[in-house]
Amino acid sequence: MSQAYKNDFLKEVEANVEDGHMVKMCMQCGVCAGSCPLGPHWEHSPQKIFMMIRAGKREEVLKSDSMWMCTSCYNCIVRCPRKLPITHIMHGLANYSHRLGLAPDKQPTREIAKLFWNNIVKTGRVNELTFSLAMYFKDGFGQGVKNAMAMQGIGLGLVKAKRLNPMEILGGHSCKDKSGIQKMVAKAREIEDRRRGLAK
Amino acid sequence: MADNKFAAYICSGCGIGDVLDVKALEKVAQKEGKMAVVKNHAFLCNSEGVQMIRDDIANDGVTHICIAACSRRAKAEAFSFPEVALSRANLREGVMWVVAQGSDHDEVRQEMAEDYVRMGCAEVKKMKVPAGSPTKAESKRILVVGGGMSGMTAAVAAAETGYDVVLVEKTGALGGYAAKMMKRVPFVGSYAEAQPTGAAELAAKVMANSRITVHLNSTLAETAGSPGRFTAKIAQESGAVVEEAAGAIIQATGFTPYDLNKLPELGGGQANVVDQTGLEAFARAANGGAIKRADGKEVKSVVFVQCAGQRGAGGNGSGKHLEYCSGHCCGTSIKQAMYFKDQNPDIDTVVMYQDLRVPGMGEDFYRSAQQKGVIFTKSKVNGVTGGNSCKVSARDLILDEDVTVDADLVVLATGQVPNAGVNLDEWTAINTVAEGGDEAAKQQRSELESTSVLKLKYRQGPDMPQFKYGFADSHFICFPYETRRTGIYAAGPVRRPMDMYQAQEDATGAALKAIQAVENASAGRAAHPRAWDLSFPQARLEGCTQCKRCTVECPFGAIDEDERRFPVFNESRCRRCGTCMGACPVRVISFENYSVDTVGSQVKAVNVPDEFEEKPRVLILACENDAYPALDMAGVQRLTYSAFVRAIPVRCLGSVNTIWITDALNSGYDGIILMGCKKGDDYQCHFVKGSEMAHYRMSKIGDTLKQMSLEPERVVTHEVAITDHAVVAKIINEYVAQLEALGPSPMKGFG
Repeated sequence: MSQAYKNDFLKEVEANVEDGHMVKMCMQCGVCAGSCPLGPHWEHSPQKIFMMIRAGKREEVLKSDSMWMCTSCYNCIVRCPRKLPITHIMHGLANYSHRLGLAPDKQPTREIAKLFWNNIVKTGRVNELTFSLAMYFKDGFGQGVKNAMAMQGIGLGLVKAKRLNPMEILGGHSCKDKSGIQKMVAKAREIEDRRRGLAK
Repeated sequence: MADNKFAAYICSGCGIGDVLDVKALEKVAQKEGKMAVVKNHAFLCNSEGVQMIRDDIANDGVTHICIAACSRRAKAEAFSFPEVALSRANLREGVMWVVAQGSDHDEVRQEMAEDYVRMGCAEVKKMKVPAGSPTKAESKRILVVGGGMSGMTAAVAAAETGYDVVLVEKTGALGGYAAKMMKRVPFVGSYAEAQPTGAAELAAKVMANSRITVHLNSTLAETAGSPGRFTAKIAQESGAVVEEAAGAIIQATGFTPYDLNKLPELGGGQANVVDQTGLEAFARAANGGAIKRADGKEVKSVVFVQCAGQRGAGGNGSGKHLEYCSGHCCGTSIKQAMYFKDQNPDIDTVVMYQDLRVPGMGEDFYRSAQQKGVIFTKSKVNGVTGGNSCKVSARDLILDEDVTVDADLVVLATGQVPNAGVNLDEWTAINTVAEGGDEAAKQQRSELESTSVLKLKYRQGPDMPQFKYGFADSHFICFPYETRRTGIYAAGPVRRPMDMYQAQEDATGAALKAIQAVENASAGRAAHPRAWDLSFPQARLEGCTQCKRCTVECPFGAIDEDERRFPVFNESRCRRCGTCMGACPVRVISFENYSVDTVGSQVKAVNVPDEFEEKPRVLILACENDAYPALDMAGVQRLTYSAFVRAIPVRCLGSVNTIWITDALNSGYDGIILMGCKKGDDYQCHFVKGSEMAHYRMSKIGDTLKQMSLEPERVVTHEVAITDHAVVAKIINEYVAQLEALGPSPMKGFG
């Protein structure tokens, strides 16, 4: 029996995605799709994503690149006549697909988000130098060198202007209670995983 | 007649005295208007001015009055003297406010005002004080046909207002379609939950009301008469026939759901494919428990197919299925989807719509259903197969792909088919053959008549006229419950598709219209829209040529024919539009205060300058319902138009008799503008067909113009709405310019 337009996936989204309970309230007017500055670059507009969720297209939605395209400009939220927190739902969907390991692998937004997160939980502060370098070298060493060379003018400028400390490469400064932050993050994740049923 | 005394009162207030020579106007009224009394007053509509007129009527024996002041549409309360004949010369809106200012225009302005005074004096001399219809009402009871939600609401509304009601219901119980329903779409409160129908409570209220007589298992066998004097023969189940008198009739015969079996492409007739009525039956059987389909299986998934066999589902204009939207079905499907979700939120409930139309507060109801988890999808359903597992194949219009959805049950939202009785066009065609003596046609006619609802003994046919799609007549733009059968009102889904809330609102409105009708009939006054009018058509039968034009052209079926084919007027069915007067080629039909003479004498009273003066004269015959108010509004807005026009209000453009056109052209007028309401399917004519009739008649006038060696442009007809004040000024100015180019009428000087 076909699963088209069955409740299952909608319910899964409601249970696991931030503000997922609002997906069913979309009335398919298309204002979000028309308001999105990145609209032409998405495979599926928010309107379409919501319809796909309701149509039960689990794989297609979770493997989609679309919700990763959101730049959080909040145009859609402001304009939605049904007051759907579209931006939040997009991030929620992205997060859920990432946690399930279904999100597209080389999606740049996803990659930068991962690097940023890993960087910040290490010391409780963003180390701009290691974060930038991680970005440059994410596609391999050779590409990393090319990227770094291309950016060297800006980098040196920042150093001269004292906006970038080259010594940060040694680990940099951290917040006062580094291990406290790490424990807090670990606990938060544990609670969330338990709630979502993702716990090991 | 020797007792007639004519008086003219000229007002110089509102600035009239500043721009017009009132002394000269007085002289015109005296010398040319031949008024016995001529007075002017600086403020005629104040208590002192009005008292002056009253005193003249009481002490001086004045019987006919011409008031030269503002438009007849202004100060109607102040200048209300029902005991005398009254005409109004429109100096304010018609002259002072519309003629360009400045001394350059003094001459033409004064001429225009003098003409209006001449016209007012000429008109009033031909008028009589209307005496009221001699046939008074005999009954103030209201007959309601149909005991559904609309019928019951109308009955209770009329009874609670203090009128006796006779209610005729075909089936054995009150309640109609509502009684078959589990719940209704909400009409009060938060609009989030379906509500009880209230049908049983309303039925109990009807039965308990001592003013309401209910005939169950009964149909109308014959209805005859006119407002105030209807007699209905009611055929009962036992075969007995009861006769009831009534003053007005409300037809609230509702609708029948479109036949499911006509939709085989959507699984109609197959197992587990039902219409909304079918689902209501399942829901009532479940009574709040799990809804089971016909084979007893609990429904775990259901698909609602909207617009099934509606909105040109067979292809636009194909004539296959219904061409229109029934309005209520989206709300109804939302309500029915909630039956499932409220009982068990795990049931897969999908509504497939193309345009979700939820009027009024329905948007809140829609939102509530979404909250409950009903899945709405904008899809065009291409096919449904019934059976143990139904399959709905559709095109998802958002995802732009073909989908197949499985369901235990499919509900088709089919449309409303009005129970409006016999289609009069069909009947007329058969009747014409039958009257020729054709036996087969007679048989066909009696078969057709057996399907009639009202079984009217009218020469125009047994039911009221129908719209396209077969809905009962209704003046849907201006007066929704009015039909072309005076005193018979249509309410509820019989006149247009609607939901229960709208039907109840309709029923209340129709009840008030019925009450108005019986009250007017009992006072000898016209029915809506000339509800104050005591005049009625009178025919000088010795001049009648039995041509039948009046009987055929009357939009309201008010005129019958006697055995010698003379017209017989049913005054209380008449709306006083004068379409018969306009139709009559020998001009024998008239009203006491409105006749071929009252207008004709105005046409002739105008002083038409000769061709050397370069002052053309244009006659405007303007419908008093829309065009004349638009002309007045042009004045109120201080829009200027040519001072060469002379406007005469007419009751309806349908009352324009072609003799006025001929008279005007013979008198040397250079052109004539007829201004009436919008005609056609979305007509705005208060009398439905009057404007159309006038356009038709004027299209035939070309031959006459040719005989008189006149250009066809000398007579033009325009459709004007009440809001068109800017348009009328433009029409007039452009036409006058056109006539100046055309040159003066060659008829000048012969009149």
